Order: sequence, then structure tokens, then C-alpha cells
Amino acid sequence: MSVDIATVARIAALARIKVTEPELEAMVPELNGILAWVEQLGEVDVAGVEPMTAVIPNTLRLRDDVVTDGGIRDAVLANAPAPEHGFFGVPKVIE
Amino acid sequence: MTELTQLGVADIREGVAAGTFTALEVAEAFNGAVAAAQDALNAFIVTTPELALDAARKVDAARASGEQLGAMAGVPIGMKDLFATKGVQTTAASHILEGFVPEYESTVSQKLWDAGAGMLGKLNLDQFAMGSSNETSYFGNVISPWRREGDTAALAPGGSSGGSSAAIAARLCPAATGTDTGGSIRQPAAFTGISGIKPTYGRCSRWGIVAFASSLDQAGPMARSVRDCAVMLGAMAGFDPKDSTSLDMPVPDWEAGLSANLAGKKVGIPREYRMDGMDPDVAKSWDDGIAWLKDAGAQIVEISLPHTQYALPTYYIIAPAEASSNLARYDGVRYGLRDLPDGAGLQDMYAATRAAGFGPEVKRRILIGTYVLSAGFYDAYYTQAQKVRTLIARDFELAFHHCDVILAPTAPTAAFALGEKSDDPLAMYLNDVFSVPASLAGLPAMSVPAGLSSGGLPLGLQIIGKPFDEQGVLNAGLAIEQRSGFTAQPAKWW
Repeated sequence: MSVDIATVARIAALARIKVTEPELEAMVPELNGILAWVEQLGEVDVAGVEPMTAVIPNTLRLRDDVVTDGGIRDAVLANAPAPEHGFFGVPKVIE
Repeated sequence: MTELTQLGVADIREGVAAGTFTALEVAEAFNGAVAAAQDALNAFIVTTPELALDAARKVDAARASGEQLGAMAGVPIGMKDLFATKGVQTTAASHILEGFVPEYESTVSQKLWDAGAGMLGKLNLDQFAMGSSNETSYFGNVISPWRREGDTAALAPGGSSGGSSAAIAARLCPAATGTDTGGSIRQPAAFTGISGIKPTYGRCSRWGIVAFASSLDQAGPMARSVRDCAVMLGAMAGFDPKDSTSLDMPVPDWEAGLSANLAGKKVGIPREYRMDGMDPDVAKSWDDGIAWLKDAGAQIVEISLPHTQYALPTYYIIAPAEASSNLARYDGVRYGLRDLPDGAGLQDMYAATRAAGFGPEVKRRILIGTYVLSAGFYDAYYTQAQKVRTLIARDFELAFHHCDVILAPTAPTAAFALGEKSDDPLAMYLNDVFSVPASLAGLPAMSVPAGLSSGGLPLGLQIIGKPFDEQGVLNAGLAIEQRSGFTAQPAKWW
């Protein structure tokens, strides 16, 4: 499978990264080179093989359903680029 | 007396404890070395000389009052700028996190401070740890202190932990933290003539480490001796309830367990790693390593890891896929850069912020990851890669029925020059050929110096162990260290 400019533009939109037309043109052959190379995985016989989910067997732990943290609003907002009135500020959203 | 900056972790700890010198003297000596090399090597993104001095004063005071000293007491270290450090800028070498000052401390760095270490500064790296040469940092390339014989061309210190490797090799710090996703501790260690170990996945908490590919990321120590790595790994490792993949098991005393006697041990040599057109210097150092381990009492056996050739393409699907998910958090809302063009809405702000904040390699990997996870391609790429990953891990599991550790080169060549591979992403990816398989299988693996290439540059040997057997890896590393006689260090030009 290979990608064209329209596909790369669609992926970039999905990834929320703005790309210019010249950037798109440069990315197409780069991504195609990488995709052509990873496609060799298609030749591996994986019949009956489970996809890996955990590299080291480990069970997810449960803990008591209690509040263990909180009350640190100012610390949470300390690095926000545009905090307002104790909230994260964003541009107006009108759907 | 030996210059303090020539000393390693254990030497400093012991000298401080014995009163041969003070922790403050050590911190001052390394602060001086850091400052003197910064313009030439660019190993640090920020330096924190005051923090190093404060930690040293605390250790000296504790010693004076007869308190028990920690495992890293009086040792100033470099901290890869991927670990969140409270009150000190943490960037992952990206523009999008420039100016980000965490309100919290990563588990691993906190453990090191608790053990008595102090921080010299935050070390440069490839942006979001994506790279093998430290050329993708927003804050400029790190220059290796090493040069080829008769040549002043700037060489890569390896990546992504290139600031760590350069700083240790140049004696700017006795040890530093690294992180390894596909070789980012081992390859830079090999390029600069130092040691470094990536422990079993889950040994070191990932909490507070800027995420790249969560199923692969592991922190580990980088230093100039196997013993120093054992000491520092002991201080870094341990169960952390804040990391869901943290191993809930005791941390062995790896330093006390060090033994270079390999009698009764079997060392596997994977036949698939001996590739056509292998660099003759690398092939020779591998043969040297085999001879050294034999000399240490080990039996050498040939093993097969049949899916080796598929490890790199598997990695370059899985790591970008995880990165594209992890890096979705950089949205210009909660922390980091915001680029809000005039009249832009929320979606435009996201896209503009991420376009301005991520470098080209990071964007490339996010796009690849987004593509392989997108509807219609997910099974063909991502699920297939996860199945092949199962087969790669199974190869190791079967091989370990026949051997205790595996010996291989760390990297296919000695250090390359800056700019030599940066125009071709694929050529750069191929540099990880020997380090990626152990990452995909979550295994402990280390690089130790093995000698110099014909061009006078360091070469590393890699030891890969069974899950949880860091001790076996360290011991084989020690056997090589004792026999390689590697004492070379870069001639000071900076």
C-alpha cells in the first residue's frame, strides 16, 4: 500500500498537525519508503499467533475505590498557556 | 590524588563516606566540568549547579552527624530531560514543552535523590527520545567528545540518550539516567565507550517520564563501569503503584551479587545477527567478546532467533503507533506551547500548536502511527506487527532453553558523523538493528565497551538476559569489562 498527497493530508488532519503543501509533497516519498519497508511483515506466517498485549506477564492491580489525590487546582493549572478563572481557557467553540 | 571528575559512582560514594573528600568538593568539580564543556558539547539543556551543591551539602551534613548514607550519597548525576523534575524545566528536547516546569517529580529521579544523588542538570536528547544520533533535539545537536583519529569532524554521541553518553564520556558526570525504547541507552553507550543497562520492562517506574512508546519505554543507568551501573540501577528500580506496568517484585542487591566467574553458564551467539557485509571491526569485537566469556568459564553455544530480520519493521510500526497516541496529549490547552492564529477555532489551534511544537522526526512518526492505526489499515499493520512481536519474544524464550545470556554487538558500526544519516530516516532506523529485538521482548540488556575500532572509536558489546535476570547480564558484562582492558577516553579538545 502506498500513500498519495490526499492520504497524507487526511492523516495529518486526523493527527491534528497542520502541514503546508510543500511539506506534504516532501512527506509522501518519505512515508512511502517507510511503509514499503514495513510491509515485509506481511510475509510472516502468523497463523494461530496471538497479538502481544503485555511483554512481561503482569496482572492489572485493583485498589480501593477511594479518592487518593486532589485539591491541587493551582498546581494542575500552573503550566496551562491560558488559564482563566481557575479553568483551562480555550477559544470559543460553537458547533 | 586522582582528579575528582575521573571517579565513578562507587568511588565517589566510598570517598565521601571515608572522608577522603567532601560531597561538596565533588559537586564543585563536576559543576566546573559541566560549565567548561557546555558551549562545545551542548550536552545539557539546562544546568542546575545549585541543586548539585545543595544535595552535596545535605550528604556532608548527614555524614557529619553520623547518619546512614544512601547508595548514591554524594554522587552528582545528569538527568535525561525526559524525566519530570519538580521546579526544573522538562522539555523532552521539544519546542512544545519549552518552558514546562513540572509540579511533580518522576519516581525514578525521586528515588535517586532519596539515595543521596544530586542533579548537575537536565541532559539533551533526541526530541521525545525519537532518534539515534541526538540530531532531532530542538535545542541543538549534542557533539560527541570522541573524534576519529586525525579528524575533527563532529560525531554523533548516539541517541536518544546522547546528552547522557557525551557527558559521561567527557567526565562531566560520573553517571546519568537514560531511557531505552529501542536501544536509546545501549547504542549511545556503545558510541561513547561507556556502559549502560536497560532492565527488564517494568523494573523502573515510568511515572513522570515523558512517554514515547509505553510498551517499550524503560529507564536505566549509564555510567563508566558495570559496578556503577549495578549501584545506580539498584537505586532507580522498584515497585511503584503509580505505574500500572511496574513489576511488584523485590529488587535484588545487584552490586553485592556481582561475579565475573561464569563457570556453568552458557552464552548464546545468535546466528541471525551475523549479517552479510558486517563491519569487520564489529565482527572482530564480537569474536573478542566470545573469547573473553569463554575465558571467564562460560560455554559458548550457537542459538537461532529466526524472526530477527522482522524486528525493525515491527518496531517501526508499534513505536510510532504508541507515540501517536501518547503525543495526542499535546493540545495547547493544559501545558506547553499554544499557537492560536488570529480568529482560529479550537481545531485550528490544535493543528497550529502541534505543527509549531513538534520537529520533523516527531511529526513523521506521529503520521506513520496515525496511518497504521487508522480504519482499514489497523489489522494489516498494527495487529500484524503485534503478532510478529509475539513471535520475536517467543524466539528469545526458546533460545533461553539453551543458554543463560546472549552476546551480540550493540550497534552495526562505531559512531557516525553528524549529518551522515540525518537525511534518510530509514538509514537511521537501521542503526537499531541489534538493539530493537530485546526491547520488543522486554528483556534486560546492556552495552559494555569492548575496544576501539580501526578509526580509534569505541565499540560496544551487548548482553541480553532472561526476564528479571539483570544479575546475569551484569555479571557477563563484568567478565567482559575485566578482560577488554578498556581505559580509553576522548582526548580533551573542548
